[in-house]
Amino acid sequence: MLKSPAQSTPTTPLSVEKTKNKLKAQEAHFSLNAKDKYFAWIFLGPSLLILGVFIFYPMFRTLYLSLFLTNTVGKATVFVGLSNYINLLTSADYISSVGVTLFYVFAVTIITIALGLLLANLASKRLPGIGIFRTLFSATMGVSVSVAAIFWLFIFNPSTGFLSLISTWMHLPQIPWLTNPTAAMWAVIITTVWMNLGFTFLILLGAMSSVPTTLYEAANIEGASSRFQFFHITVPSISPTLFFVSIITLIESFKSFGLIDLMTKGGPTNATNMLVYRIYKDAFYSGNYAQASAESIILTIIIAAFTYLQFKVLEKRVNY
Amino acid sequence: MSITLRNVRKDYDAQTDVLEDISVKVETGEFFVIVGPSGCGKSTLLRMIAGLTPITAGEVSIDDKVVNDLPPKARKLTMVFQNYALFPFMSVWDNVAFGLKARKMDQSDIKQRVDKALKMVNLTELGKRKPRELSGGQRQRVALARAVASDAKICLMDEPLSNLDAQLRIKMRQEIYALQRKLGLTLIYVTHDQVEAMTMADHIMVLNDKHVQQIGTPSEIYQNPANDFVAKFFGTPQINILSAKRSKTDHHVLNVSSDLEIALDQEVPAEDVKIGIRPDDMKAEAADSIESNAVVKNTEFLGDETIVYATLNSGENIHVVVPGQVNYRIYQPIKVSADSNLMFFDAKGDRLNISKEAYVHA
Repeated sequence: MLKSPAQSTPTTPLSVEKTKNKLKAQEAHFSLNAKDKYFAWIFLGPSLLILGVFIFYPMFRTLYLSLFLTNTVGKATVFVGLSNYINLLTSADYISSVGVTLFYVFAVTIITIALGLLLANLASKRLPGIGIFRTLFSATMGVSVSVAAIFWLFIFNPSTGFLSLISTWMHLPQIPWLTNPTAAMWAVIITTVWMNLGFTFLILLGAMSSVPTTLYEAANIEGASSRFQFFHITVPSISPTLFFVSIITLIESFKSFGLIDLMTKGGPTNATNMLVYRIYKDAFYSGNYAQASAESIILTIIIAAFTYLQFKVLEKRVNY
Repeated sequence: MSITLRNVRKDYDAQTDVLEDISVKVETGEFFVIVGPSGCGKSTLLRMIAGLTPITAGEVSIDDKVVNDLPPKARKLTMVFQNYALFPFMSVWDNVAFGLKARKMDQSDIKQRVDKALKMVNLTELGKRKPRELSGGQRQRVALARAVASDAKICLMDEPLSNLDAQLRIKMRQEIYALQRKLGLTLIYVTHDQVEAMTMADHIMVLNDKHVQQIGTPSEIYQNPANDFVAKFFGTPQINILSAKRSKTDHHVLNVSSDLEIALDQEVPAEDVKIGIRPDDMKAEAADSIESNAVVKNTEFLGDETIVYATLNSGENIHVVVPGQVNYRIYQPIKVSADSNLMFFDAKGDRLNISKEAYVHA
């Protein structure tokens, strides 16, 4: 028997009993004999190895590099402490990138969720042929970034693009989609929303279809308009899913890279130079690995902070 | 407000009829129960009155105004669902206030009505709780409060008690009845439970196989069933139905089997007849094997009475309710008899108009 320290201290019999029970409970939870430990490590091994090589090592290496100056092949040379960070946070260029990214992220998240809700709500109606629309609305899920980028580049093309044809036909002024800084930002936002929409739509549709129909029937009898039903039944009923989708979309948009690279390459005049694209350019074009590492760490902190905030703010409004 | 159905029919596609030719009038302030076995279309009928399901043919009127094409909210009624249809993310108070808010009523009016409705169902203290924090009976009360708060004079209930345990069901039954009387509601209540129908209804509509079987007061339905289905549906234990043949020589006599014959004071109009005898209208007594006409299969002692299950010599199974306790052995020969309240049905099951005065001889 294990001799518990509680037995040696003078206490009332009741509290001794309590302490003993507590210790027993702890033992039951945590004690593993040598053989169990051996197996535990074997089972943990593969995932620890993979996480270690592909996540933990790069993470700590990035943190390490961000505190040094590096040479052209990415080796750390001189320890400079936080000066990489200080340089970044005092550079107007970098701050503008943060601003651009935040604008992009919020625009994409809000528009994706709003459109996703609208489409899912339409597609959840029981109408003949609604299956076709469900398939169409979710179809963008199967489109890869490169295909989407090329497809939208065609649409945005200033001379032969679909949008320019429409403006010509309707005698509207031409929008230089990819050469005007503001328009380019919106071009990227539209394309990202279009790509995200399939997934968001499908998830929201699934959530909507699990809302019991009697709730709507009761509301119909009580005289609630469909608008009232949407905001007072549908939205609160699917709030956990909305919460999930909004976090996923937010994080994904922070990490947007492919579309930017294929459509604007961060231009014109850095108007779409998002944080991730900047890291890529700094590291692999300019060879400034130290600065790129510092940028990566800052981006991680930003995403973590926003996700935390989202949890804090939205969780109160989510009905599980 | 009264409700009238005229020749209402429902089919989901051209082939599958669910309801045929339903006509009934529900009077103002009446407790009207629609009862029938599962799948007989009773819930569909209720949903058609509510306007949740369109009708295929016929007419639904509320207060002599045809409402066939009116949406549910224009019919000025309220409905309590089997699963209560409470909004899980809203507090009890908000659940009750939902319809009033949806109709954009004045805040102070809403508060007054909701508080009053919650008080009426004894839920005032639980207003802030969420439905998941309530017991089944309390949830049921919230659904009732919602119906009360809406102030509609017609209330539809779709098997509202079927999710509750037996004890609670009896309690809620009384509460619903009291509420209906107090508010003067025209209440249409759907159930598959004959006891609920018998205990609460002013009038009962028995529905089976797409058709109305009978409409009447509980005592009419029990004492004068229109056919053998209705006779079998009401009363526990179930009525005994024995098949009999008219005697070839004497048309006043029915032969249940070679050794059981019934003499009637009038002629039997059909050759094949079914006889219905309620188990508590029968007598059973111990007899020696010569006098006996049945053997005991089993007995169930219920405290104040005993149900005796027996097989007639003809091979038909019957059960008899005997007051108090009897100690029959299994396979003990007994003599069963009945001399009043016999019901006669033709081969299709329709009630034959034969007077009840009759005798059964062994």
